Amino acid sequence: MNVTLRVWRQPGPSAAGKFVEYQARDISAEMSFLEMLDVVNEELTAKGEQPIAFDHDCREGICGMCGLMISGVAHGPMKATTTCQLHMRSFTDGDTITVEPWRASAFPVLRDLCVDRSSLDRIVQAGGYVSVSTGNAPDGNAIPIAKPDADAAMDAAACIGCGACVAACPNGSASLFTAAKISHLGYLPQGQPERYRRALKMVAQMDLEHFGGCTLFGECQAACPKEISIDTIARMNRDYLYGSVFEREESRSAGGAG
Amino acid sequence: MPATDGARASVSRVRRFWNSSVGKKVVMAVTGIIGIGFVLGHMAGNLQMFKGTGAAQAMHDYAVLLRKTGGLLWLIRGVLLGAIALHVTAALQLSARNRAARPVGYGAKKDQVSTLASRTMRVGGIVLLAFIVFHIADMTFGIGVPGFVHLDPYNNLRNGFTRWWTVVFYVVAMASLGLHLFHGAWASLRTLGARRPSAAPLHRNIAVALAIITALGFAAVPIGAAMGLFTDDTPVTDESQTVSTLTGGVR
Ligand code: HEM
Ligand code: FES
Repeated sequence: MNVTLRVWRQPGPSAAGKFVEYQARDISAEMSFLEMLDVVNEELTAKGEQPIAFDHDCREGICGMCGLMISGVAHGPMKATTTCQLHMRSFTDGDTITVEPWRASAFPVLRDLCVDRSSLDRIVQAGGYVSVSTGNAPDGNAIPIAKPDADAAMDAAACIGCGACVAACPNGSASLFTAAKISHLGYLPQGQPERYRRALKMVAQMDLEHFGGCTLFGECQAACPKEISIDTIARMNRDYLYGSVFEREESRSAGGAG
Repeated sequence: MPATDGARASVSRVRRFWNSSVGKKVVMAVTGIIGIGFVLGHMAGNLQMFKGTGAAQAMHDYAVLLRKTGGLLWLIRGVLLGAIALHVTAALQLSARNRAARPVGYGAKKDQVSTLASRTMRVGGIVLLAFIVFHIADMTFGIGVPGFVHLDPYNNLRNGFTRWWTVVFYVVAMASLGLHLFHGAWASLRTLGARRPSAAPLHRNIAVALAIITALGFAAVPIGAAMGLFTDDTPVTDESQTVSTLTGGVR
């Protein structure tokens, strides 16, 4: 099959960018979207042009590195699928496909289709941890966890941090990402000691990174390759609200009672 | 001094809450729910317009009843004005942040599941704000209403809606209210984290009913007036004298 690509090309973070058209010829329908880009890049390299820069790593839908806005839809037209797992059979011969980087002030473009998503890492650093007593590794099932809680935590833990929620959100909000991380730990007994402080800290970091707020459009949930539910956002808000009222301020003075 | 420390801590707590995107959104949800409560009560009062004979008296008594409560009326007005001020301030501030969060837009962007209602919260909100200002000038102060008589809402509505453009504006505003609540009534409980997780979180029942009931219930009055349904000419027994003594002349 043959498709026409309109690809965002931008040589560097502060350089101006523009859409450039490329023809992808003799593409197999069994290729993944990234393999199709590889083919285009081979041609560009052979011609002595700069290949299109895009992020990827595992190419099996688990690392969260890949992520492209494909004709206006984050990760393209397949539901619950990352860009690397999207196949060209989802398109028809002769299609024109627009390919853009995620757009958010918290995701500056590094080059072409690559963006810097370290703002998401900083949200995790702000509160995405649990306190663990040192010593021997605990026994496997020493802490009983109710099945519904384990399931809910696992569903939230499926988040691969690709940033599609931010990209798809009309507000450029990272609420679904942050909420998934908060739910992932907050459903488990190990996550209880820091539960409310975690919500306070991670939401504060999300705001500091200049992500937008949540209007509950629902676009994030539709874009998420792991189908994380916006119900996690309700839970994040509840934890935040509870923490705002009941959580004690952390003491700033060394050695003071906290 | 623990007392001062405690006070300072709670001030910083309130500030931190208000400064956060989640906190502002929670304020919008709470003030929005206050608005929903008000809107339902107000609509029930308005529907007395359709009582037929005696409707003019019923509307008058309703207006008088509100004023008989004296301080309570002003308390409710204060809460409503405060709620509007907070709701609008948070709306403006959040909208500014949301716009700044995506300085460079997409060449192509397709909305997948977001409703028209959710995407028109801001525009619709501006229509509602304009409506609230106009409506108070119109039906509370009677500015521009032909033959406006204080405490005679039945005839004030009848006279006010002889101006066709007010009928149009009221109906458009009530359509905006319906859209605003179709999203808002559903969203507010999730913003507050008050809903249990659901297999289809985007699905809504109560919000649909609420949106349709409020939009139709309110729009019925201007439409009814335009259709000439309000023909009750029984004179209203004036009770305003007693009201003035009760409230010390305060309207
Ligand atoms: C006065 C003018 C108004 C403006 C400018 C306004 C604006 C807005 C905006 C922009 C939102 C979306 C916030 C967001 O998610 O980012 C919103 C939500 C909402 N509004 Fe309004 N609104 C107004 C009046 C009203 C009225 C009269 C009511 C109730 C009768 C109302 C009820 C709600 C509710 C329930 C929400 C949902 C809150 C949530 O999503 O959690 N609003 N409003
Ligand atoms: S490359 Fe790892 S998820 Fe797509």
